[in-house]
Formats: sequence, structure tokens, C-alpha cells
Amino acid sequence: MVGHHEARARDIRVDLLEIGRMVEPGSRVLDIGCGDGELLYHLTHERNADARGIEISREGVNACLARGLSVVQGNADTDLVDYPTAGFDYVILSQTLQAMRDTRATLQQMLRIGRRAIVSFPNFGFWRVRLKLLLDGKMPETETLDQPWYNTPNIHLCTIRDFLDLCDELGVTVEQQLVIDKKGKPSAAALSTRYANLFADQGVFLLSYQGAQDQARAQGDGNRPAAF
Amino acid sequence: MNIDAPQQTHPNYLADRAERGLDDDPRGTVVDLSAVPLVLDSGAELNHVSVAYQTYGALNANKSNAVVICHALTLDQHVANPHPITGKPGWWDVMVGPGKLIDTDRYFVICANVLGGCLGTTGPQEVNPDTGKPWGVDFPVITIGDMVRVQAALIDQLGIPDLFCVLGGSMGGMQVLDWAARYPNKVFSAMPIATTSLHSAQNIAFHEVGRQAIMADPDWHGGDYYGTGTSPKSGLSVARMAAHITYLSEAGLHQKFGRRLQDRQALTYGFDADFQIESYLRHQGISFVERFDANSYLYITRAMDYFDLAADYRGRLANAFRDTATRFFVASFTSDWLYPTAESKAVVRALNAAGAPVSFVEIETDKGHDAFLLDEPEFHDSLRGFLAAAAEARGI
Repeated sequence: MVGHHEARARDIRVDLLEIGRMVEPGSRVLDIGCGDGELLYHLTHERNADARGIEISREGVNACLARGLSVVQGNADTDLVDYPTAGFDYVILSQTLQAMRDTRATLQQMLRIGRRAIVSFPNFGFWRVRLKLLLDGKMPETETLDQPWYNTPNIHLCTIRDFLDLCDELGVTVEQQLVIDKKGKPSAAALSTRYANLFADQGVFLLSYQGAQDQARAQGDGNRPAAF
Repeated sequence: MNIDAPQQTHPNYLADRAERGLDDDPRGTVVDLSAVPLVLDSGAELNHVSVAYQTYGALNANKSNAVVICHALTLDQHVANPHPITGKPGWWDVMVGPGKLIDTDRYFVICANVLGGCLGTTGPQEVNPDTGKPWGVDFPVITIGDMVRVQAALIDQLGIPDLFCVLGGSMGGMQVLDWAARYPNKVFSAMPIATTSLHSAQNIAFHEVGRQAIMADPDWHGGDYYGTGTSPKSGLSVARMAAHITYLSEAGLHQKFGRRLQDRQALTYGFDADFQIESYLRHQGISFVERFDANSYLYITRAMDYFDLAADYRGRLANAFRDTATRFFVASFTSDWLYPTAESKAVVRALNAAGAPVSFVEIETDKGHDAFLLDEPEFHDSLRGFLAAAAEARGI
């Protein structure tokens, strides 16, 4: 059984594996846009999480159901309001923030529903993207941004700096940030924001409201790692 | 008891069959649950409760594979066998049977006629043993919760400690929600389909139209028509016609009938059934009265109208499911305007608020409310996945 799960763990997309590492074992997790349940399955079996998903496509929903995962068919743009406040430890939005209609409201909803949020998105500040725009004068297409401008679901592309500015504005604290290259491998060099904004194909961010953190600490939330 | 008093020991449907020389029992298995008197939600006490039910498949050695199917308003226990009165296939034949989605080679399926029903379970046309006469409108008003408690008593009687799954659509779905709320430890998984946690004003309104049609029929005789040789057939037929419209969608009706004429080339400028839809509805009404009791229709629609699960739990639906371990699969259909998707989503929202494991799908179809009874491949695919994973988790 262990071997079976290890094999599953190896199969998972690397960026999802990195997200999984950010999740404390035994947590309650909501994965928005959970697709076929790859991350949910991983969190359930490797992180002992109580993991739920929201997915808009029927194929994705059915794949999740067949894996025994709890999934609600719905639209993240409209349905997050239906989730209870502080019902989850983590709310995850992987590679979808740039496709949300209302980015600000989405982030706020995520941090209402979950004590922490994990967000990953393609970095429009990546040097290859900048170079393509500079040299070709056309909307860049990369392996991560692989659709032409008229056919992409990405309506709110941003750079890592843009995103961090928005977090600032919303009073959101970045607890942890990861830089991921185009193969999804984490780069140890997640040093300065300037560096990340230029060299990260994608960014992964663990977010919270500082207020929530203080409150949790005041309530003796001793199980959280010191690094948080 | 006065032995000289005329006694009617059989309800009409049995007498009818005897007259026609049929000696089979259309009720299936009937069990007497009178050992434990039933105190109804109304406060009334029922001293005599019998339940008619059908089973399919076999209970496994550790009794872990029992599935209860809850039927809708006008259906009954004959979920997967030809109906003994109409001869039509079981009402969920597409879903239940050997090798089918609800695989009777794998699960032990139980479907009981609801309390107040008209095919063997205690209800207005059954004989009240205390009087020797059919109950009629002396039968106490019942609720969805009463129906569920009777089913639970049946399950006890059968020696089944808990259920792998409780499922049903429409009024069956209301029973599923009540089952899960009332007996969380007895329900491993629950599938409320095309249903609601409370009957809306519009739902009540349609039911009231049906009831008034029945009670306005002179043959209703104040509910005391048993033994008169008549029954409020016109009233019940109109009730069925009105209700049947709510089971279909506008798009579905348009596609199936449009304004097409029935067996004629031109309008007749009269009140015959010029249009196919009229002919269809009349047929639905007429065939319904052959198999359904008008008083049962009154009682069961009333039970549905009274259904408001949140009200039983301090006004908050999430309270009904607090700390439940039951796995839920909720499904709705896009063109169902009787119990629209928003109603199912309210259930999902409450289950999420209660921290219950819940999955939800909305199936795109133009078949309206009735879609849950039909061969809807996408619905069946979703249900299959959920059920297989639940069975694996249960070790079946």
C-alpha cells in the first residue's frame, strides 16, 4: 500500500507536490479548480488531509468522484460565497488566479474560507515573456502561457511584483514564496522579489491575514511550525 | 369487536384483483410492525403499522451491503420488477438490477412503500383494524419524518444494523435527507437527487391545486368513497395532469409535442384533445387513477408540503448534519424547475457548513424533474463513480 502511494506521489505534477509540502498534515483543504483531483488525492493520501474540491468540468468532477474524492461541481467565480467562514485550514488556487473574473474578491474569499491560502500563477514578468513582447511586439506565448491571446482563459495576467502589490493593498501577508521553473521544479533561489520576478516562470505563495495569525497564536496554536 | 358488523378486510386493489381472477399479491412482502406503536410528528399514535416492501439481491455475511431506495410521490416499492398492476417495468429499472448501476449482485436493495402509500403499507385505503373499515380521512396526517421512521423500523426488523447507502429522487430525496439527519450513524452514504430541503410556496401551490381537484370531485364523498364502487377519478386525474406538467420542462414539452395535432389534420373548434399535449396529459391522468388512491395522494402531498428539514433543527439546515460522517452525493438537473439546482445547492452549502463530505453535480438535460428516473448517461457516470468509491471505502 505504501509503495502504491509512493508511486502516486512520484507521478504528481511537481508544482502540485510543492503545494502539497506547504500543507500541514491532517489539515482541512479546499482546492478550487481541482481538475481530475490529482492534488486532492495526493493531499488525502500523503498528507492525511480532509480535502475537498470545486471543479467546473464534468470530466474533472467524474474523475474525482471515481477516486473517492469529495468534489462540488461549480464555478469558482460565483460559488465561493457559499462556503463557510474559516471552514478550512487551506484554500488552494493552482494556476487559475489569472483566469478569475474578480481577482481581489477571489483572494479575499479564499482568506475568509481558509485560515491560509495557497496561490500559484504564471509570472508575466518572466524574462522570456518580457523578451518575446520586446522583440516580437506580440502577446507572448510560452510553455506555461500556451494559448494565443484571443483564445486564452487568462484575463488577469500579472507579474509577481503586481501580485505582491495587491497582497500589500489587501493587507495579506506572504508567509512563504516559491519560485518554480517551467518544468515545475522549485528553484532554491527564491531570494529577492526582483530576482523572482525576472527568473520565475511561475510563483507559489502561502498567504494569510496577519491578524488571523496573531489570533491563532493568541489561541495557543502550538502545532504550527516556527518558520510560519 | 362486534363480529356481526360488516368488515372489509381487504383494500380495494386486492378486491379488484380477486374480481379479475388474479390471486397474486401486488404488495410484495408485507411485515407487521405493530409491536412498536408509532407516535407521529402530529402527536397522533398509530397502533397498527404494516409495511409492504420489495428486496433485490442478498444481504452479505457482515450485513454491510444494504441499500435503501426511497420512492417518489406517485411511485411504490416495485423499483426493479414489472409492476404487478400496470405490467410496466420497475420505475428505476434503468438503474437497479443485476450488473446495473445499483448492482443487485453486489448490494441488498430494499424499497418500501411509504407510510400513507397505497400499495400495502398502512395508509388511508388500508383497513383500520380497530374499526374494520378503511381509514379514509380518519388516517392521521403524516410527515416525511414519519415515513423515514417507519422505514428505520423495517430495517431494524430485518436485522440490518446500518445501511451502505440511502438514495432517492424527488420526495425520495427528502427522505434521504431526513434519514441522514435522523440516523447519521446508520447511513454510510446518502444520495439525495433532484430534491429540496424544504417545500417552497410554489411547490405547495401546485399540490394544493391537485388536492382541491380531488376534493371537488363529488365521487370523493368526503374521503369515504371506499366500498361505494366509485372513487374521485376525475379529480385525481386532473391532479395528476397538473402535477405531470411540473415534472417536465418547457423545452422538453416543446420538443416532444410542440403544437402538433392529435390524429387530425386541422383544429376542430371544440374542446376535444386537438393537441398532442392534451391527449398525452389526459392519458397520464386516466392511467394514473388505475393504480393510485386519491386519499393517498392527499396525504402524501401534504407530507411533502410540511417538509422543512431546517425547521426541525433550530432553523439552520447545517445543524441537521453537524459532525456527520455520512458521504453525500447531491445531484440536480438543469431543466428541473420543480426542485431547481438552487435547492440542491442550498443543501450542499449546509453540508459544507456542517463539514460533511459532500459531492455535487448538476446534469445538463431538457428532461426536467423526471430526468432522475430516465437514462441520463452523465448522471449515471457520476453516480457510478461515487458509489464505487464509497463501496471500496466500505469494503464491499
